[in-house]
Amino acid sequence: MLPEAAAWLIIGLPLLAGLICIGALRPWRRGLWPLAGYVGVAGTAGAFALSLAAVNGAMGQGDAGYEPHRWFAVGGRDGFAMTVGVLLDPLSAIMAAVVSGVSAVVQVFSLGYMKKESDAENGAWSDYPRYFAYMSLFTAAMLGLVLAYNLIQLFVFWELVGLFSYLLIGFWHHRPAAAAAAKKAFIVTRIGDFGFLLGILYLFLHRGEFAALGLNPFEIPAILEAAPMLGAGVATWAALGLFAGAAGKSAQFPLHTWLPDAMEGPTPVSSLIHAATMVAAGVFLVARLFGLFEQSAAAMDTVALIGGFTAVFAAAMGLAANDIKRVLAFSTVSQLGYMFLALGVGAPGVAMFHLFNHAFFKCLLFLSAGSVHHSVHTFDMRYMGGVRKWMPATYLAALVGGLSLAGIFPLSGFWSKDEILGAAWGGESAAAPVVFWLALAAAFMTAFYVFRLILMTFHGEFRGGVDAVPYEERIPDEAHHHVHRRESPLVMTLPMILLAVFAIGSGFAANSLVALGPIPAHWFSHFLHEDAPDFSIGVAGASTAVALAGAALAALAYGTRTISFDRFGAPWRFGGRLLAQRFYLDALYEDLIVRRVLHRGLFLASDWFDRRIVDGVADLAGWFGRNGGRAAAQLQTGQVQVYGAAVSMGAAVILIFYLLQR
Amino acid sequence: MGITGRDIFLIAPELALAALAAAVVLLDLAPAFRRNERLGQAAAIGGLIVPVAFGAALWVDVHANGAQYGFNGALVVDKFALYVKFLVAAAAGLTLLASGGYARRFRPYQAEFAGLLLFSASGLMLLAAAADLITIYVALELATLPVVAMAAFAKTRAESLEAGVKYLLLSAASSAFLLYGFAFLYGASGTMQVVAPEGGGPTIAQALAQSGGGAPFGGFAVMAAAILAVAGFGFKLSIVPFHMWTPDVYEGAPTPVGAFLATASKAAAFAVVLRVFMEAFGGASADWGGLFAALAAVTMTLGNLVAIAQRNVKRLLGYSAVAHAGYLLIGVAAASQGGALGASSVLFYLGAYAAMTLAAFFAAMTLAERVGGERIEDLAGAGRRFPFPALVLAVALIGLTGIPPTAGFMGKLFLFNAAVNAGLVWLAVVGAVNSAVSAYYYVGVIRTMHLRDAPDVPPSPDADAAPRTPLAAKTALGVTALAVVALGFWPGGLLAAARAAAESLLR
Repeated sequence: MLPEAAAWLIIGLPLLAGLICIGALRPWRRGLWPLAGYVGVAGTAGAFALSLAAVNGAMGQGDAGYEPHRWFAVGGRDGFAMTVGVLLDPLSAIMAAVVSGVSAVVQVFSLGYMKKESDAENGAWSDYPRYFAYMSLFTAAMLGLVLAYNLIQLFVFWELVGLFSYLLIGFWHHRPAAAAAAKKAFIVTRIGDFGFLLGILYLFLHRGEFAALGLNPFEIPAILEAAPMLGAGVATWAALGLFAGAAGKSAQFPLHTWLPDAMEGPTPVSSLIHAATMVAAGVFLVARLFGLFEQSAAAMDTVALIGGFTAVFAAAMGLAANDIKRVLAFSTVSQLGYMFLALGVGAPGVAMFHLFNHAFFKCLLFLSAGSVHHSVHTFDMRYMGGVRKWMPATYLAALVGGLSLAGIFPLSGFWSKDEILGAAWGGESAAAPVVFWLALAAAFMTAFYVFRLILMTFHGEFRGGVDAVPYEERIPDEAHHHVHRRESPLVMTLPMILLAVFAIGSGFAANSLVALGPIPAHWFSHFLHEDAPDFSIGVAGASTAVALAGAALAALAYGTRTISFDRFGAPWRFGGRLLAQRFYLDALYEDLIVRRVLHRGLFLASDWFDRRIVDGVADLAGWFGRNGGRAAAQLQTGQVQVYGAAVSMGAAVILIFYLLQR
Repeated sequence: MGITGRDIFLIAPELALAALAAAVVLLDLAPAFRRNERLGQAAAIGGLIVPVAFGAALWVDVHANGAQYGFNGALVVDKFALYVKFLVAAAAGLTLLASGGYARRFRPYQAEFAGLLLFSASGLMLLAAAADLITIYVALELATLPVVAMAAFAKTRAESLEAGVKYLLLSAASSAFLLYGFAFLYGASGTMQVVAPEGGGPTIAQALAQSGGGAPFGGFAVMAAAILAVAGFGFKLSIVPFHMWTPDVYEGAPTPVGAFLATASKAAAFAVVLRVFMEAFGGASADWGGLFAALAAVTMTLGNLVAIAQRNVKRLLGYSAVAHAGYLLIGVAAASQGGALGASSVLFYLGAYAAMTLAAFFAAMTLAERVGGERIEDLAGAGRRFPFPALVLAVALIGLTGIPPTAGFMGKLFLFNAAVNAGLVWLAVVGAVNSAVSAYYYVGVIRTMHLRDAPDVPPSPDADAAPRTPLAAKTALGVTALAVVALGFWPGGLLAAARAAAESLLR
């Protein structure tokens, strides 16, 4: 069992590293800037080591049982106390290990990636310490979220990861697209966070029920303990509020629009924050409070249906995208949909298992994309092709990640996706049959876009990279870059190889059907105190067949080119446009809601009201204040006899007032 | 019934402080102290440990045995008195710490300045522990007369002399009101005892309860006594319409005097008002509660409105002191409803207000020396040129506005909460509106410092020649600013002490 101070250090070490980078290294001499990378890696690696110790300590038992600390109290002795603490149970331990582990690997990759970017940007390292500071602080905030004992504490860290996500998407803030994407991510997730906050306040409104049980309505263990006594109505509204926050953070329909744009950040950021960790925070939140969701069939079905729909909907948009990072972003949205689907059919352990596997293989795919970009300096797959010839390691890494994502036996994605399908097949809720078929459809599309991505990027003839991109379409900073036909340096390929090992093995090793040497069967499920999922050969066969069909279709269209979709004519072109425009949802949000309803309607009306009415009143008050003050200042003559008179008159007035009163 | 050793122990903090004051003046004759004036400053500040230690010993004693009476009932030592004594000692110590550099212009009389300040502080301490009307008056004069000399200390400057004369004349006038009121009170009740030990004769409140009521306050003599006492104390509290000396003296007197008047002097004055009205006039609390509520509304509104028109930083702080006297009166009015809530909110706010006002005065003092002027527009660009004092001033002004997370926010929260609990919702609303109005001029200063550029004219040569801010002054700046923020996050400790102190007023 980990001592409590060590548990706090899991958050503290990356925090310290981040503060060193931004507080000590950045303002100092340039010679120290390259140190920032090592400081960041060291802090995160320390957190990872402690997280592994925590996983080890949590094995075979539940909550580590640290008492929360009193932060402040309101309303005297029998009032309400706010607490802070570390909630270290198997769920948070495994999540902390994934977050810190992936973060450490990505920061190692960044040592190479950001060096190059920084050199090219300014001929200096000025962005370098800032980058590692943000990454370390993000990691600290994410670990704080994972280990939070109460919902307010969790919400604070939830907003902090949002802040660092904003800062990192807009890392190259001089690019208008990056600045706009950062803003969009911040605002769209904020809509969900509003629901989250309402959910918290709704629980607080019911503090009477909690107080009757002697519990605190903000503490997560207390909520789980009280959930069965709350009644389905209370549980539904609280759970739906929390789910709104989760859907915003995890980019679920209809709040998914920010994630593809978030790819404007540096690629390692996309891989850590917008694929492996932060976007999974929503899944984690629902899993964390699963006991509350379980009490409401309506909330569970909502989660399942939103997840299932998003899985298909986002995968469809991934079919037609040409930007490699956008394809991966749509894929992330779709895979997060899978996880919510699993939660919604009552299998939190399965959802966490998919989160665990997805963190590795999606991170790997993003790092591969970054590695390719390192060579060809574009993310547009139409200008790639044949890259495997000079990037064999990157190609293998991408292939492993892709096969895993597509759910091909025996890679990790196969196992967790199969568990999800099995859970949906065996689910008893009303939504379960619907979402099973949605998940199967998404599996087909996933295999298709994955193989399309691999074929367009690595196979065929090289189509020129950045040099072939029309000049006006290039990102300004990359206008002067050229293609370098060489493999990325070892500091970048090594992390990819490490992740590839996990992408291959984490599926059957962590939750295998039979005992594998020291690892017992279904270790992961039992670790989370869940029942082992059923393995159905029928479901596994169906999902494999569907995935192979998707892969085959992609191979025919983009590999051998035996079929061409253009033959379908107008309907095909219409479908392509629909997908390329992301079902016109972004346009709907921006043009109709933001521009017409909010800007021209509500904001203009508010503006008029503010100018005429509010400012008018304020101006009047201000006028009165200035001139009234001036009048009173006139009395202040500086003559001491006037002052004395004022004292006497004042006393006299009060006396007369009371004399008249009787 | 002579003086016993126990009596000496009970008055030990005041005695030690007076002895320290004398010692500081005498030590200045030694050659070493002549050569290095910092030694005198260090002795004055370090010596404060003795009265504080006696105070701590008394707190332990009082905590165990309850309120103690000395000098045949002339002196009462309870947690209320001790809380105020600690506050006075802290304000005096910090003022000495911050004003070492400023006092250099009084050379070779800087030790006398420190001595006067300590004498006045001993009077303020005694005021908090005074149990009868005579002791109150004596303590008040002991606290006031050194301030007259301190206000006029920069004797080559006409404004300083003017401030001294004004303070002398008006304090004499207000003393006359106070004595007149005390005479009425003695006439009506036949006793001087505001509070008394068990079996120590009747107190004023007990004596008044015997005589029948009728007019407001339960009799014309008592009514006259109460109103004359309000007028007399009103001078010290700077409440409208007895406030008019405040901006003149704050502006004209040396800056440390303003800081001392606004914090230590105001704290002791509020303490004696709470004690006299809650104890002696306890039977007429509905009447004086209404009076103080009305005075609170008038005082904070007028103080804030006139502050808007000010151009001089010290004068602005003077009107700010008037406005804050109004906020504090909210708590006094709430205290009329019984219970410890009103008095404890006043005591907490006195501590919070001391931290904010000391920080503001110290920062204004440092900045005035740096930029070479005391007008608000002289501070333009100070945020960039002198970031540390400008930051401290910003923190202090944010606190005075009452914006979280600062001591001022917490203090106002407790005051308004006390008002609402006492059924004075309208007064809490007036207070909140006034806080919003006050943001106008407080934030204006911050904006001038941090958002406006320094004037193009080159800074006056003596600004550059000004001696560097001493470390002691920087420490005082840092400590007070830190206290403003710390009390915003962790008000618990001071609030618990204030509540314990307020509870000792209820008996």
